[in-house]
Amino acid sequence: MDSDYHVISTLVEDKPGVLQKVAGMFNRRGFNIDSITVGSSEVEGQSRMVISVHADKKGLEQVTKQLNKLVDVIKIKDITKTAVKRELCLVKVNIPNAKARAEIMQYSNIFRAHILDVTEQTLMIELTGDKKKINAFISLVESYGIKRIARTGLTAMSRGV
Amino acid sequence: MRGGEAIIESLKNMGVKTIFGYPGGQTIPFYDMLYDADMDHILVRHEQAAAHAADGYARASGRVGVCLATSGPGATNLVTGIGTAYMDSSPIVAITGQVPTHLIGNDAFQEADIIGITMPITKHSYQPKDPDLIPSMIKSSFEIASTGRPGPVLIDVPKEVQEGELTEFRDDLIQTPGYNPTVKGNIKQIKKAFDLIKESKRPMILAGAGVIIANACCELKKLAETINAPVMTSLLGKGAFDETDDLALGMLGMHGRKVSNDYINESDLLIAIGIRFSDRTTGRLDSFAPDTKIIHIDIDPAEIGKNVDVDLPIVGDARNILESLNKVLDGYAPSNDVNDWTNMIKVKKQELLPRVSYDDVPLKPQTVIKEIAEALTPEAILTTDVGQNQMWAAHFFDTQKPRKFISSGGLGTMGFGFPAAIGAKVACPEDPVVSINGDGGFLMVCQELATVREYDLPVIAVVLENRTLGMVYQWQSLLYNNRHSQTLLGNSPDFVKLAESFGVNAVRITEPGETKEALSSAIKDNEPILLNVVIDSEEALPMLPPGAGINEMIGEYKLEKDVI
Repeated sequence: MDSDYHVISTLVEDKPGVLQKVAGMFNRRGFNIDSITVGSSEVEGQSRMVISVHADKKGLEQVTKQLNKLVDVIKIKDITKTAVKRELCLVKVNIPNAKARAEIMQYSNIFRAHILDVTEQTLMIELTGDKKKINAFISLVESYGIKRIARTGLTAMSRGV
Repeated sequence: MRGGEAIIESLKNMGVKTIFGYPGGQTIPFYDMLYDADMDHILVRHEQAAAHAADGYARASGRVGVCLATSGPGATNLVTGIGTAYMDSSPIVAITGQVPTHLIGNDAFQEADIIGITMPITKHSYQPKDPDLIPSMIKSSFEIASTGRPGPVLIDVPKEVQEGELTEFRDDLIQTPGYNPTVKGNIKQIKKAFDLIKESKRPMILAGAGVIIANACCELKKLAETINAPVMTSLLGKGAFDETDDLALGMLGMHGRKVSNDYINESDLLIAIGIRFSDRTTGRLDSFAPDTKIIHIDIDPAEIGKNVDVDLPIVGDARNILESLNKVLDGYAPSNDVNDWTNMIKVKKQELLPRVSYDDVPLKPQTVIKEIAEALTPEAILTTDVGQNQMWAAHFFDTQKPRKFISSGGLGTMGFGFPAAIGAKVACPEDPVVSINGDGGFLMVCQELATVREYDLPVIAVVLENRTLGMVYQWQSLLYNNRHSQTLLGNSPDFVKLAESFGVNAVRITEPGETKEALSSAIKDNEPILLNVVIDSEEALPMLPPGAGINEMIGEYKLEKDVI
């Protein structure tokens, strides 16, 4: 994996404007966020943000320190190496003919994806996995014609206790 | 008690006696409640001046400065002042009015998302949606603004919250689990610092504003004397160490003293305290102290390794760390090598003292600063604007005490000096306050002459008149083939008449000796006054051109010893 790619798990106060503060800090300091996901955490009033970012060692150190400086940020952890990483992806694929429908459903089975919606012309598929798996599935069904893709961005959690 | 009254009550509980502000539509309820309150209010003539005055107040006193503006344009006019305070770690609390909660988001008249606008330049911000929250938010704002690395905090108060009744006045601090500034330095790191000091043969100290903010000047003096190391400062570090002391070398950096810039790279150990290694202080990074070990003491961990790689970081409050370090150093005596090095530097310092004695007309700015220094006691507070006036003041004026040299360093805000002087005067009414300005920057804030007149604030405004935007003019002369694009100001205004129209006395100064005389009598008269000093527009400061290393100054560095 790209050594400059990092996944940072951050516990923040669940308050309006916090996402803006975090995203703004990245932007202002010239770091690119690959993806950012936010949702409630195990503690009431606190949210967990999972941020994937490209940065070299020095850059990562700055990002972490600058994040720590924000009053609303409570805890930060670089979980790149220890984390299980998952992303949810919804894909709507064209079905040119019946054979294609069977093939796509087969691929979906192999990738443990779910079919959420079926029409004469399309299939909507739900897929969970790391970035690589999702990219692999998308390139597999690309030839049938993809109508729409919606991805959540990465969320992640460290293994172990 | 209503919201506005709770603001005033909370400010009083925080020890605030004076606030700087300018009313408007969405702060009318607050101002109505202020009418009967026991709280001084300085009505500035532009909101930006309110923020700078609060900043000047904070820097001169070490206490939190408070400014107030209405919503929308009032709030956006504070932005430059808030940004200035943020860059220089100055504790201010800015209170803004906001349109009533039910109108927020509707593009109501004079609505601006001031919290969003100021997010990158505030340490934190609050918007009470309920009057009951006001006391806690004000108290927490002061706590956050003044602790750790200080900075501005904004409180945006919707109009109906100012008017609403509190059910009870409770001012518990708002819990901020993510905010725990490190105060105490790690003792292991401090012992390692001792080892580096013992090994060093050519130590130097570089002090920044953090030393002043942490009230660590006595500890710094003790350290410097114990290890016998010469002390340089950044622009904002001026006053951290008595610049008339034998060990003081003066400012380092783009317009630094020659002795500092020339010899820093020869040191083998640099103890940097409360400093962020700005590009204006270091010059090109790869030629900044390349063979020198660096100990970096700072309260903000994000400053460690941000610009300069350091050998030994110590995170914490400068005073706390220097106290511990001094304790560890108890009984330490510097080696002969160190004493030889420092004696050599002291000799060089004398040789390389910049020339300040001239009898030229038009006046040389160096001489003007020298005369200002002669007329002032160490207690006097000097504020500067930004540009040549600032660098002349920083370079040629020896600051002896902390909080006596106030200048916009990080943001470099023209128009800062005069309103900051108003704030400093309010904070320290017993000390003479002199603001040094250029003619460009002064014109950006000259409306504040009305403020000093109305409140009888005996601020002395020195306006160095060279009819150019001198710093840019100088760059154009040195680096852009003398193409002086848009830096000639022409002959307007007549600063003496300008001041007089505000009811402020003014003197036009053109000859050597007159500055000192006028300043001395101004201090005696204790009245607001403007000293309009006409100076040589061609006088430039030696400088590091962009991309140059710290010891690669251009321009002739004239020396006092060459004066015949």
